[in-house]
Amino acid sequence: MSDKEVLLDVKGLKMHFPAGSRSLLGGQKRFIYAVDGVDFQIRRGETLGLVGESGCGKSTTARAIAQLYKPTAGEVILEGEDLSKLKAQPLIAARKNMQMVFQDPYASLNPRMTSGDIIAEPLRIYQKRGILSMTKTETEERVEMLMERVGLSRFFKNRYPHEFSGGQRQRIGIARALALRPALMLCDEPVSALDVSIQAQILNLFKDLQDEFGLTYLFIAHDLAVIQYISTRVAVMYLGIIAEISGSADLYRKPLHPYTQALLSAAPIPDPAIERTRKRIILTGDVPSPDKVRTGCYFYDRCSKRMDKCAKSVPRLKEVEPDHQVACYLYHDPE
Amino acid sequence: MTEEVILRVKDLRTYFKTDEGTVKAVDGVSFDLHKGETLGIVGESGSGKSVTNLSIINMIPSPPGKIVGGEVLFMDADLLAMPANKIREIRGNKISMIFQDPMTSLNPFLRISTQMTETIILHQGLGKDEAKAKAIEMLKLAGIPAPEKRIDQYPHQFSGGMRQRVMIAMSLSCNPEILIADEPTSALDVTIQAQILDLMKDLTARLGTAVILITHSLGVVAGMCDTLCVMYAGRVVERGATDAVFADPKHPYTQGLIKSVPRLDVASGNRLSSIRGQPPNVIDLPDCCPFYPRCDKAMDICKRKYPAVSRFDDGRSVACWLYSEEKLP
Ligand SMILES: Nc1ncnc2c1ncn2[C@@H]1O[C@H](COP(=O)(O)OP(=O)(O)O)[C@@H](O)[C@H]1O
Ligand SMILES: Nc1ncnc2c1ncn2[C@@H]1O[C@H](COP(=O)(O)OP(=O)(O)O)[C@@H](O)[C@H]1O
Ligand SMILES: [Mg+2]
Ligand SMILES: [Mg+2]
Repeated sequence: MSDKEVLLDVKGLKMHFPAGSRSLLGGQKRFIYAVDGVDFQIRRGETLGLVGESGCGKSTTARAIAQLYKPTAGEVILEGEDLSKLKAQPLIAARKNMQMVFQDPYASLNPRMTSGDIIAEPLRIYQKRGILSMTKTETEERVEMLMERVGLSRFFKNRYPHEFSGGQRQRIGIARALALRPALMLCDEPVSALDVSIQAQILNLFKDLQDEFGLTYLFIAHDLAVIQYISTRVAVMYLGIIAEISGSADLYRKPLHPYTQALLSAAPIPDPAIERTRKRIILTGDVPSPDKVRTGCYFYDRCSKRMDKCAKSVPRLKEVEPDHQVACYLYHDPE
Repeated sequence: MTEEVILRVKDLRTYFKTDEGTVKAVDGVSFDLHKGETLGIVGESGSGKSVTNLSIINMIPSPPGKIVGGEVLFMDADLLAMPANKIREIRGNKISMIFQDPMTSLNPFLRISTQMTETIILHQGLGKDEAKAKAIEMLKLAGIPAPEKRIDQYPHQFSGGMRQRVMIAMSLSCNPEILIADEPTSALDVTIQAQILDLMKDLTARLGTAVILITHSLGVVAGMCDTLCVMYAGRVVERGATDAVFADPKHPYTQGLIKSVPRLDVASGNRLSSIRGQPPNVIDLPDCCPFYPRCDKAMDICKRKYPAVSRFDDGRSVACWLYSEEKLP
């Protein structure tokens, strides 16, 4: 890891959702262990890619960081301040520095607001609360600058979301997230719904904005190639935990966790010559549901390299090579 | 894959009448499918992949849709000219389909056994017990554990991946000549996608089934298909052997598409090239190359006339004025 300043420090983050009781007669309370102890740091100006199959807890992690959910446990330290301990007022002020971009730009944009108003909305909210002071003209100018910056003509500011294509709507979502000049952007599958030619445009936009504004990203995707392209470092999630985390180049060159290896080998490569000769690790079975307390490795059921000790205790993330952490007993012994 | 053509699609045109105008969803699509071949139809959303597939089996909702031209020759009979009762005998029997969402073909209120045996009895004339035995055998081939038990369950008792396995078992149970799979793995996670594609490849090879695989994923095409058609705005812009198209794409759209996919085997660092602009609106499209506004190589003629199709020695056909012999003033 570079020696740049840590912007976001996530420690022992857990998000358990209540899932009703076992029977009508009461009994044990049940939970969905959506995020079950996640630790990572993001340094200023870097992109941490968060990858994993659906239901592994990526969105919940982002939402718990944004304090849209009150985490069950753990700390979310942004620029030295633990957000999970803040009261409502200081939390709103702190959140200004952290904005979200969502997968479905259509669902996340108010259809009855013009694109200009959508982008200005965060500015107006913070103005109303007295956290931000900007004149009307300054707000206008900021909106127009943002639109041009994300590749939308400012002449489109009076148009409504339905008048834009999917890629353009995602640009509106990005401009809105940029409006408050946050340090950190939490991007939850922002390119997953886009066609490849548009996806490439938006990925490049994210890169350009990062260079220009020194932004830091938590970037979620289920496409491993997208994650490789955008990330400085990568965390692989499985069933609410992080299985492996390392510098991006390292993870793709030398994946350590059997789950990472399987994921990488399952992802298709757009090259018939390579596809014909590739050997796939085909995982058996489906991703289990995160509704159980686990006392062994979370990947045990589907792992082809499992050992007896893997069922007996939960492997913790451990650094086994410089800046390469893995939660697997193939690489370290139980404590 | 053999020389024998089992499906010939000729100049297929399917239009939809909408309030905004006529949507030329499919506008002159032609290709041949050979016995045992796996053909990919790849393109971005709205390019006309699904409408092509539905037109082939004559299942376009009408109104608003209408097949306004072309032929679909299956073993020398034109499916588009066939009476409804005859095409029903072919659908689900000689030509079967699977879709992205298995629930579009599964009835949530019926046990898998009922749904599978019905088709087998209808198309193969087997008795009830024989049909059930056949269904269990197919589920087993499709990798469903304990098929004797699971066959009596309802669709909701299966996971997404397992449901797609059931669909594959069902669609291959009548030993069809052609399987049309429309984005069969697009809703699935990569590890499950790998399982399902593996299964499809294995079973169709064993049964000698020809496949039309519709997908937006170039990676899936690369791993599965012998040949491919690249669609853009209702047209096939490039067609050829998968290896040849990937090694040396001719159409500027194919070139751009291949270059805009991030690749696992290429370390990041280099900037991804992208195709500028937005996908076209196919409503009331004038006579022009629909790709010209996004094309770096566009010439004057591209704005005035849809390109003639050029053929290459390797069997490739490309609809682009760059390669055309036909010169216009
Ligand atoms: N608000 C919620 N209440 C209960 N369960 C939830 C809630 N949000 C997510 N989950 C569950 O938590 C798990 C993780 O979900 P999510 O974070 O959305 O995964 P991902 O984004 O990786 O697909 C899933 O099993 C999901 O069903
Ligand atoms: N029932 C319909 N009514 C009107 N337009 C339709 C209908 N079905 C498809 N279309 C239009 O036809 C075009 C091609 O659609 P489709 O074949 O579904 O694309 P693809 O499968 O390549 O994503 C799109 O512009 C779509 O909006
Ligand atoms: Mg999610
Ligand atoms: Mg489709």
